[in-house]
Amino acid sequence: MAKKISPMDVYKLLPRLNCGRCGISTCLGFAAKLVERAARLEECTPLFEEERYRDNLSQLREVLRPPVLEVAFGPPGREVRVGGKLVLHRHELRYMNPTVLAVDVWDDIEGDLESRVKLVDSLSYTYIGRELKLNALALRCRSGDPSRFQDLAEKVSKLTDLPIILCSLDPEALEAALLKVGDRRPLIYAATEDNWRDLSELAKMYGCPIVVSSPGNLSKLRGLVKVLNDEGVDRLVLDPGTYVGEGLAYTVNSFTLLRWLACRQGDRLSGYPLLAIPAVVWADEGFRGKPEEASWMEATVTAMMIARYADIAIIHGVEVWQLLPNLILRENLYTDPVKPVSVEPGLREFGSPDDRSPLLVTTNFALTYFTVSSDIESAKLNCYLLVVDTEGLSVESSVAGRKLTAEKIAEAMKEYRVAEKVSHRKVVIPGLAARLKGELEDLTGWEVLVGPRDSSDIPSFLAKYWRI
Amino acid sequence: MGTRRKDLGESFLEWLLKLLSESEEIEFEDFNLEASEFQLDVTGIASIVKPMLEAAKSMEARAIELIEELPKPEAMFTNRIAEVRIGATRSEGGSRGRVIVIGGEVTMPFYSFSALNPNPPVVSGDVFDWKLPLPKPLRDSFGDAMDDPAEWAKLYIDKFDADMVTVELTSTDPSIRDTPVREAVKVVENVLQAVDSPVMVGGSGDPVKDVELLTEVAAIFEGERLLLSSIPSPEDRFKPIAEAAKRYGHNVVAWASLDINLQRDLDRAILNVLPPERIVIDPTSAPLGYGIEYAFSVMERIRIAGLMGDRELALPMLSGTSNAWGAREAWLKTPELGPREVRGPLWEAITALTFLLAGCDLFIMMHPLAIKTVKQTISWLYGRWDTPAKAIPNWLEEM
Ligand code: B12
Ligand code: SF4
Repeated sequence: MAKKISPMDVYKLLPRLNCGRCGISTCLGFAAKLVERAARLEECTPLFEEERYRDNLSQLREVLRPPVLEVAFGPPGREVRVGGKLVLHRHELRYMNPTVLAVDVWDDIEGDLESRVKLVDSLSYTYIGRELKLNALALRCRSGDPSRFQDLAEKVSKLTDLPIILCSLDPEALEAALLKVGDRRPLIYAATEDNWRDLSELAKMYGCPIVVSSPGNLSKLRGLVKVLNDEGVDRLVLDPGTYVGEGLAYTVNSFTLLRWLACRQGDRLSGYPLLAIPAVVWADEGFRGKPEEASWMEATVTAMMIARYADIAIIHGVEVWQLLPNLILRENLYTDPVKPVSVEPGLREFGSPDDRSPLLVTTNFALTYFTVSSDIESAKLNCYLLVVDTEGLSVESSVAGRKLTAEKIAEAMKEYRVAEKVSHRKVVIPGLAARLKGELEDLTGWEVLVGPRDSSDIPSFLAKYWRI
Repeated sequence: MGTRRKDLGESFLEWLLKLLSESEEIEFEDFNLEASEFQLDVTGIASIVKPMLEAAKSMEARAIELIEELPKPEAMFTNRIAEVRIGATRSEGGSRGRVIVIGGEVTMPFYSFSALNPNPPVVSGDVFDWKLPLPKPLRDSFGDAMDDPAEWAKLYIDKFDADMVTVELTSTDPSIRDTPVREAVKVVENVLQAVDSPVMVGGSGDPVKDVELLTEVAAIFEGERLLLSSIPSPEDRFKPIAEAAKRYGHNVVAWASLDINLQRDLDRAILNVLPPERIVIDPTSAPLGYGIEYAFSVMERIRIAGLMGDRELALPMLSGTSNAWGAREAWLKTPELGPREVRGPLWEAITALTFLLAGCDLFIMMHPLAIKTVKQTISWLYGRWDTPAKAIPNWLEEM
């Protein structure tokens, strides 16, 4: 089992100034936050500004080092963090740093480079109020020609500031590209048994993290990590090999084993973010020239790797139908299991409501709120929606768990002054909250209408029953 | 460590051999690869060979450095998940051509490095006893078979490669059609005649009607070892279903809504009537985008608890994966999201694959493409795991 850290161990190493610059009034309080991973070391600025804390800083880093190291790449302001995982299963705490989805571009691309880059940069889907997006570009040196690769890096850097993964096994090509984009702190793919010396030099020279690649041989993968560590290179990402089709068993097992060793057995050499490359599907003989099948297969492999510990996934297909389920899967699996995704409580207006418009009640669980609001929007209703704080629970769960009660609704009606917005005294509650009707009427004196069980029936319900 | 050193040693020696034979000073016959013996052989030409040997040594040192054997995974689990047999052959008192066995796990899914689980998960095709409204991509793949549950069942087995079928008698619901029990039983009989695979039978969820329906099905198909679905939590009113399953030799589904404690209570109650080998649990499959994270974690927790010795949770799990079609993103006709003909089945497939990784044993599914994908993935994942089945393609340059 990975060791448990006590706030005292952390506190001892902090500056102990109680200066409050971290946003918390005491160092002890900040230590507790650090242990819960609710704060970052960087927020204690004295630690970084003052020379005398240097030793403490490195000791703190060691004490707080998660079973899976956190590695950042990408330009300042748009960097992504990968790894930092603390647990094997999300129910043990939560998964940190959602899987980075990177799309490839290559140096002898025949189509339009610009439109592919723009597509990756702009693709976005709004899901329960969140923007789901792709996160990085993987630049492949396909030509084998360092100058073409350099060219690609330069072009891409003019088109976007998305984080970059430079992909080639040729140190010369990598260095050529680094000359152009080294200041954007790309992730470098990959150090192998043949080139690791050169790659470790590049990593040090440009201050970039590198991927260690040893497909099909985990002992060698760990061996490479060891020699790189000995060289002083610690910001690593591991590529144990993504085999598809019949090789999938190997892939899933090796990802799992590495994560198990890191989280359960405290194995340092396994304790790095993992890179999956579902894009290999496209290079597989079985899928060449069959784009639909490849997209399909790539999507299913990506999903499994998101669920099984990939911290980065490089993909090739950019069809929306294949990306959407994985963007959502990632969002879902990376939510905090104890904190449902919720929205701000309050009174929302839809369309242009007046004092005679209907007043509806719902909960602040994001899924509930966005389901209801999209039904209201698509029917173009003019109405008010009172979003009650149920600590992010759905209607039925919150009624059952007493997070949505008549008192709570009455309080929210008061707090958000609904009586000033409407001249009528009627409120519609969800069908699944029907049992609150009597008590709510008693508490408020308003007439309570029990709405339908599914919000898609709100428009027809209002057409039938809303009379002022 | 061994293999790597040998590789390097070999190539070095080859290279050395070539050099030496070019210089025509010495010839090696019956060349021995053992480095120590080799050293003895060449002492006579030490002046030429020494620097080369040193080079070899340093290369070898590097090779050794590059191998760090994996720590042995520590023992993980002590308990075994119950094994449930679905369907009975003629010799066993039923009429099925074959029997399906699920469960029996000794470790988490695809932790093959710790132990191997015995029974690959299976897929059951979802058949309804009425023509319920379904999204178009599904309707299109069933065609006229939807008019006849027996034909629909055959389609799953003969064409879609499902392992078994689930007959959902939802039209018995008083608020749908209130189909009489007698008629519903007839549907089950037709399906049993149409296919020789094991069969699961589901009620409508109506508490009164389900008891009437499922106890009758249990009695009439005595010995078939059906999987009767379901006994929901709390179970009090459903006890007769478990008792009928016991008397007539069937299995039951214990269904709780995403709550490990409710699940445990329910299982405990059923275990008073039936042995664990007769119970499959349904922890509720919230689909992708609509709570899949709750279902995923509840399944993982249940399986871990079961493997760690919690008898009441050491039972195989099923997923009503066709739920995935309830997600708007799966069926909405929104061209910006790509054709729903592929988006829908992918939604279903990914929902299933996610649960496969959480420990699910039986998937109730609908779309042929999703079924095919899940079946194929299962067969791959139960294949060779300790070395890759083939070389990795050169994705950097060959795509
Ligand atoms: C996921 C889930 C959970 C998650 C919570 C997810 C969340 N953030 O809410 C977890 C696991 C934490 C949970 C906990 C509990 N749950 Co729960 N949960 C569910 C589950 C599976 C799905 C709920 C869901 O997300 N629905 C989707 C959302 C969008 O639905 P919704 O909010 O109801 O919104 C719809 C309608 O209400 C309507 N609507 C919404 N707003 C409005 C407004 C108006 C004006 C109108 C007209 C309509 C309308 O339209 C929406 C779209 O259809 C249901 C079972 C099920 N399959 O439904 C059980 C369920 C709701 N839970 C239940 C229970 C009992 C609980 C617990 C009390 C105990 C338990 N079983 O664990 C706790 C309570 C939590 C607490 N701390 O107090 C019961 C409720 C039984 C009852 N009727 O009393 C259910 C039905 C399961 C069951 N059969 O036992 N639950
Ligand atoms: S900023 Fe650092 S020194 Fe100041 S209170 Fe916070 S933890 Fe203590």
